[in-house]
Amino acid sequence: MKYYDKLIFELSKPGRTGYSLPENEYGRCLCCELPEGLKRAQAPELPEVSEIDVVRHYTNLSQMNFGVDTGFYPLGSCTMKYNPKINEEIAAIPGFNGLHPLQPASTVPGALAVYEGMDKALAAITGMAHFTFLPCAGAHGELTGLMIMRQYHMSRGDLARTKVIVPDSAHGTNPASAAVCGLEIVEVKSNANGLVDVEDLKPLLGPEIAGIMMTNPNTLGLFEKEIKEIAALVHECGGLLYYDGANMNPLLGVVRPGDMGFDIMHLNLHKTFSTPHGGGGPGSGPVGVAQHLAKFLPETRVSGFNGNFGVILRAYAYILALGRQNIKFAGKFATLSANYIKECLKDKYKLPIPSICKHEFVYDGLINDGADKAEDGHGATTLDVAKRLLDFGFHAPTIYFPLLFHQALMIEPTETESKETIDEFIGVMRRIADEAAADPMILRNAPHNTPIRRPDETTAARQPILKYGDQ
Amino acid sequence: MAGFAYFPHTGDDIRAMLDKIGVKSLEDLYADVPQDYIYKGEYDLPDAMSEQQVRDFFAGLDAKDAKLKVFVGAGAYDHYTPSVIPYLTQRSEFITAYTPYQAEISQGTLRYIFEYQSTICKLTGMDISNASMYDGPTAAAEAVRMAIACAKKKPRVLLSKGLLPNVLKVVETYSKFYGNPLGYIEMENGRTSLASLRKELEAGDVAGIIVPAINRYGIIEDYTGFAEAVHEAKGIVVEYCDPSALAVIKTPGEWDFDVAVGDGQPLGIPLCYGGPYVGFMACRKDYVRKMPGRIVGQTVDADGKRCFVLTLQAREQHIRREKATSNICSNESLMALWVTVYASLMGPEGLKKVNGLSYAGAHYLHDQLLATGKFQEVFPGVPFLKEFVLKPLVSVEKLQQKLLDGGFFAALQTEEGYVSFCVTEKRTKAEIDALVALVKEV
Repeated sequence: MKYYDKLIFELSKPGRTGYSLPENEYGRCLCCELPEGLKRAQAPELPEVSEIDVVRHYTNLSQMNFGVDTGFYPLGSCTMKYNPKINEEIAAIPGFNGLHPLQPASTVPGALAVYEGMDKALAAITGMAHFTFLPCAGAHGELTGLMIMRQYHMSRGDLARTKVIVPDSAHGTNPASAAVCGLEIVEVKSNANGLVDVEDLKPLLGPEIAGIMMTNPNTLGLFEKEIKEIAALVHECGGLLYYDGANMNPLLGVVRPGDMGFDIMHLNLHKTFSTPHGGGGPGSGPVGVAQHLAKFLPETRVSGFNGNFGVILRAYAYILALGRQNIKFAGKFATLSANYIKECLKDKYKLPIPSICKHEFVYDGLINDGADKAEDGHGATTLDVAKRLLDFGFHAPTIYFPLLFHQALMIEPTETESKETIDEFIGVMRRIADEAAADPMILRNAPHNTPIRRPDETTAARQPILKYGDQ
Repeated sequence: MAGFAYFPHTGDDIRAMLDKIGVKSLEDLYADVPQDYIYKGEYDLPDAMSEQQVRDFFAGLDAKDAKLKVFVGAGAYDHYTPSVIPYLTQRSEFITAYTPYQAEISQGTLRYIFEYQSTICKLTGMDISNASMYDGPTAAAEAVRMAIACAKKKPRVLLSKGLLPNVLKVVETYSKFYGNPLGYIEMENGRTSLASLRKELEAGDVAGIIVPAINRYGIIEDYTGFAEAVHEAKGIVVEYCDPSALAVIKTPGEWDFDVAVGDGQPLGIPLCYGGPYVGFMACRKDYVRKMPGRIVGQTVDADGKRCFVLTLQAREQHIRREKATSNICSNESLMALWVTVYASLMGPEGLKKVNGLSYAGAHYLHDQLLATGKFQEVFPGVPFLKEFVLKPLVSVEKLQQKLLDGGFFAALQTEEGYVSFCVTEKRTKAEIDALVALVKEV
């Protein structure tokens, strides 16, 4: 990667054009006919650049980026699996791209078959009855699922159910989604094994509880083995169970959330179903429900048209490639790789919960952070380990999440990485641990080989420069 | 199992890894799962397809869909996509990257988001833009909560009845569950009524209003007096805009409004049956702490080099958790790149031409349709840009079917019983003439 320091605005030269448009053959003129009072006073100061300027600029920008196609991304809770290229080809089919979202059903049987096929496939994979494809992301799916939960209670006249139980290990979006859905959050604690504490849960249940949001396996990568009892307790008190599908990958082809008693769930097509993350979107977060809730699906109009059709197409292509034969291995291989890494590094990194994990697991920082070798007495932190990894061509793991451990370092390899790649990663992680023990400053000053070094985030927040021209 | 291209594990690899873990089989890795939850059946999925089978399958579906010339807008506009855009946005360094949390190896993403924010600010005349949102309607729904957060004790948000139906529906859905009351501003001769707004403001409970720059009838709104009225009532004005049109029509900044939201789709994003698109949100400086979503800022690295980072994160859901007023934790990054590349290629002149061609084509079609005698004007003399409604004097069903049979998607029926048409620079005069010829036969 090489540093490149231009903004597209800085390449602008008045009079240059990067477009090619037809001539106006209608004999009508917007500029002459639009009333003055409705006109923009001055043209927007957008870049004036030629086509090659644009192509070179963004090519140069791309070369300062790391992606799954560049290297291994052991990013916990993000399921950075390989994004198959045939999926991109399918999503780029011109016919699909030319469909207007309001076209009558009779003109789009092909597009509708994509939704029907996906609904059926996801139902088969999850044990749910039906899905809505309107949510555009995981958090959007959570919100939609909670809307369905509330709608269910409201339809029964059960208006007192305004609280939702969320484990302390939950993704930050869970409580935020609940708040935005008008629900009050009740937190349930984890026990010493990192699982929802059933004894802590029991007294929280009652006539005000709309339901519980669970991630299973949870954010520590641990299967909530008391789920049977939890489901029974929550249902007994009149609540529903919501499954946060962010961690569905280890269960892909092994366990179906519907069979565990969940009533509502979302999936992240950009995690479990291989669609690219795109630097932060577009994703897709379809929400599935058990049969008794299917009638509430049409009432959740949470996005403008039909959801992210282009993403849904990619996921469908992936599912068809997997088929009934290969799906059985997806979750298992992800789980195999995670446990393998966990075992190979536990003599160098603190492993707070040693039991078998699922697709991901959490270390609590270095065993020897080298504090005794640093002049100021500060050893290398999880952040420093993460930054040092960048020097070796790996993305960093998820750090400082979940909040249960101070130096959390969360690793998720997915099923698409080879043993050779994983072994190379393990070798680098061991080397970094040895460096920390010998001279923590190597880590604390890392990265050394990236286009930029650590950014000054404090100044960014205190003196915000948020657009071109702010100074 | 037979080899599968997406799984690199060989039999030897699996055995070596299981040995290291100290278990005998892949199934043992699920020993902690209650065994009756392990799915023992055959998944009800098709047989695995080869790559060619996948390609053929989708080609078959594509062949079933009618390939129509689109003369409908209603929130999704068929503008031209320059070939440079898919070429660049498909670069794997962009498309296979995660959220740019590791700034050192994400300067590509961070820089284009900064450029995107700058582009949105230039178009809207606002001070600050976030890094993008799911789509226009959800951005409007987020703006409702932002208005309430800004106003503190005042709960009600007013919506112009001129907003697109799907914007109203999404905002209403979000508000129903968040529990905030909504009100409506009536229309008057095709435009949002200032008198109706004033009347609603009298209750003293209005946190803000959302009004369209161009409304559901395609009419360019005139907001003289709106900002003053709402600001006097200590509320904020949110404008729902078509960002392409903002290159030529008066901007939310020029109207003295506070927040701009909308969908970036008209900036060259293909229709794609409704998504992915990209929502945008921009605001005045004063409101930045209440704005949801990611924001990228400029700073320097440890060596003093200019660089970019996610900033002002204390506003965001993963920090605020249950105190959050938004749960958004991603953006539509790649689509933000899409519109940024589009705006760079077009520049101010290109966007002016796009609007000029759309305007000229739409007015030509409008006049030709009226001349057929099959329609009546609904709002004579009120200016529109690229979209307009007419009152049909013939059977709408027959009209629509005739056009569909001729290869046109046009004459979308509105809730009021009008039919709506839209023309972009992608439509040609020959296509318009062919459409009008079909209308004459109805």
